[in-house]
Amino acid sequence: MLLLPTTLWFLLLLVMPLVVIAVYSLGERAPAGGYQPALTLAQYANLLARLKAFTNTLTLAPLGTVICIVIAYPFAYYLAVKAGRGAKPFLLTLVIIPFWTSFLIRTYAWIYILGGQGIPRLLEMIGIEDYRLIYTPTAVLIGIVYGYLPLMVLPIYVSLEKLDKSLLEVSSDLGANPVRTFFQVTLPLSAPGLVTGSLLVFILLMGEYLIPALLGGGKVYFVGNALVDLFLQSRNWPFGSAVAITLVGIMLAAITLYLTLVGRDRGRQDVSVL
Amino acid sequence: MVEMINGAVDVEFQGVTKRFGDIRAVDNIDLEVSSGAFVSLLGPSGCGKTTSLRLIAGFEQPSAGDVRIGGASVVGVPPYKRPINMVFQNYSLFPHFTVADNIGFGLRQLKPRLSKSEITARVGEMLELVRLQGFEERRTWELSGGQQQRVALARALINRPTVLLLDEPLAALDRKLRQDMQIELQTLQRDVGITFVLVTHDQEEALSMSDTIYLMNEGRIIQMGGARDLYDEPINRYVADFVGKTNFFDGEVAEIKPNGAAIRLANGRVLYGRNPRGGVPLNRNAGGAIAVRPELIHIVKANGSACLTTDVQTTARVKNRIFLGEQTEYLVMAEGFGDILVLASKHAETVSGGFSPGDVVSIGWEDSSALALENTSKGDHSTAVPVPK
Repeated sequence: MLLLPTTLWFLLLLVMPLVVIAVYSLGERAPAGGYQPALTLAQYANLLARLKAFTNTLTLAPLGTVICIVIAYPFAYYLAVKAGRGAKPFLLTLVIIPFWTSFLIRTYAWIYILGGQGIPRLLEMIGIEDYRLIYTPTAVLIGIVYGYLPLMVLPIYVSLEKLDKSLLEVSSDLGANPVRTFFQVTLPLSAPGLVTGSLLVFILLMGEYLIPALLGGGKVYFVGNALVDLFLQSRNWPFGSAVAITLVGIMLAAITLYLTLVGRDRGRQDVSVL
Repeated sequence: MVEMINGAVDVEFQGVTKRFGDIRAVDNIDLEVSSGAFVSLLGPSGCGKTTSLRLIAGFEQPSAGDVRIGGASVVGVPPYKRPINMVFQNYSLFPHFTVADNIGFGLRQLKPRLSKSEITARVGEMLELVRLQGFEERRTWELSGGQQQRVALARALINRPTVLLLDEPLAALDRKLRQDMQIELQTLQRDVGITFVLVTHDQEEALSMSDTIYLMNEGRIIQMGGARDLYDEPINRYVADFVGKTNFFDGEVAEIKPNGAAIRLANGRVLYGRNPRGGVPLNRNAGGAIAVRPELIHIVKANGSACLTTDVQTTARVKNRIFLGEQTEYLVMAEGFGDILVLASKHAETVSGGFSPGDVVSIGWEDSSALALENTSKGDHSTAVPVPK
């Protein structure tokens, strides 16, 4: 009985909208736009029309997550294990400072950096002419990694910070060189942070809209952009709903697969994430 | 030279100094651990004993001097290339491994790689050695403190190191378990025949387990010797104070005797004490102290039937009494001496009937029971010589 208010909130706020979208996805577009009740799978049959949005999302989101891991892990490691008492708060602040400004403004700054007056101009100086960066997948990827790096750094940092440093000495004492110590002790023990960080970044990236809109310039667009287009521009709610439901389905499948792989990799130990 | 007498030397420090910034954690230490010995580094926290251990393990490199293992210098050699394993203070078991995987960790690092069955067999041997058969698949957090301790021991012993280092291995255990483990460690050391170097701040632990004790303070070795040497022949006031309980009577050196000294207390009274073996004879007109162990002081009822015939005698008033079971500890106040601690055996208590606070008593000791000691608390390096037998 005590759980009743919570359950009601949960149903109302989380489950209801999803149900509404699911119902919409089976309907038809009203002549003037919006939704008209029906029971058809026509919208799903039409999904291929937005294939490009799906392929863009499904390549750039995982790729962005992986690049974030590759950059964030050494940084978080340095921060948690190697950094001195003076450097640590300073570096941590550097990670957090970007959050103090609007994400929109920071991404706008990248338009300038990647645009004609930015990096291509610098490349011209060293003789590389006509290098186009803005409105390419690379530009979107750079934006993604920039925007989501802190979300990867912080969970990994926390798990490495909690790691008992004497375990690294034990490993070394028992004959493991630094590389073996990393793969046998440090990495497995920081896995919870790694899993949390990558899920966080991956899930948010799958729904990303702003970065492709600004740095992809309409040429490199995500499912998120397709949804904005379908709901707000062409007002084709049923088709938009079908695209959204499909995205949710793909994400569920991907996360399940990921957790299964991670869980199996870590043997009998419970996978505790999020 | 010692090698010829005692056989191989496993660990050797030659003038080793370790600085952290301005602090000399270890200050010009010479040390020799012969093969198969059980050696303790004893001292208060911050005396440099743990740093010394970490220098042997390879976690620290000396700022000056040479660290040798098995006769060869190991300066610059990382821990994973040294034939030495360590039991860490809070055991530091790997939380992501089972008991068996923890113990087998060292074997899995060997090259060429050992077969799975060989590893399982040797882990089984170790589990038997530390009496943990059947615990292979347990998680480390399911174990009691004593069991974790034994896993840490097995893990450190499985690669058959030349030297096993133990960093305060019993500090986290309760008293009863600690005493059991002391005996267990000694037995284990004899069984495996590996050199043990133990770090402890607990003098009782060091005295009861080790063949040789290095008593350290402020990065230096103050005295080295067996348990009996340190207890019966402390070379200065610091050692006498740190190892066991002692009464000190401070004063000026009044007279130098062939193998002792007389010291005049502030009240004019002159007490005699002999020089400890290996100690430095006192200088005339310098400060000194007479040290008497509480258990060497006799205590009887004042003006009673039992009379003291000891060299030194005085009357005193009982201030406090602590019943310790096999002994009773009295704190008495004697005019001109100050507070004196006296330990009376159970036997003496049955004869005298015991005393209560406020009782007037006679106390006394023989001159041969007293030591004349340097007043220094710092050990000069030159005095850290083995006590001649």
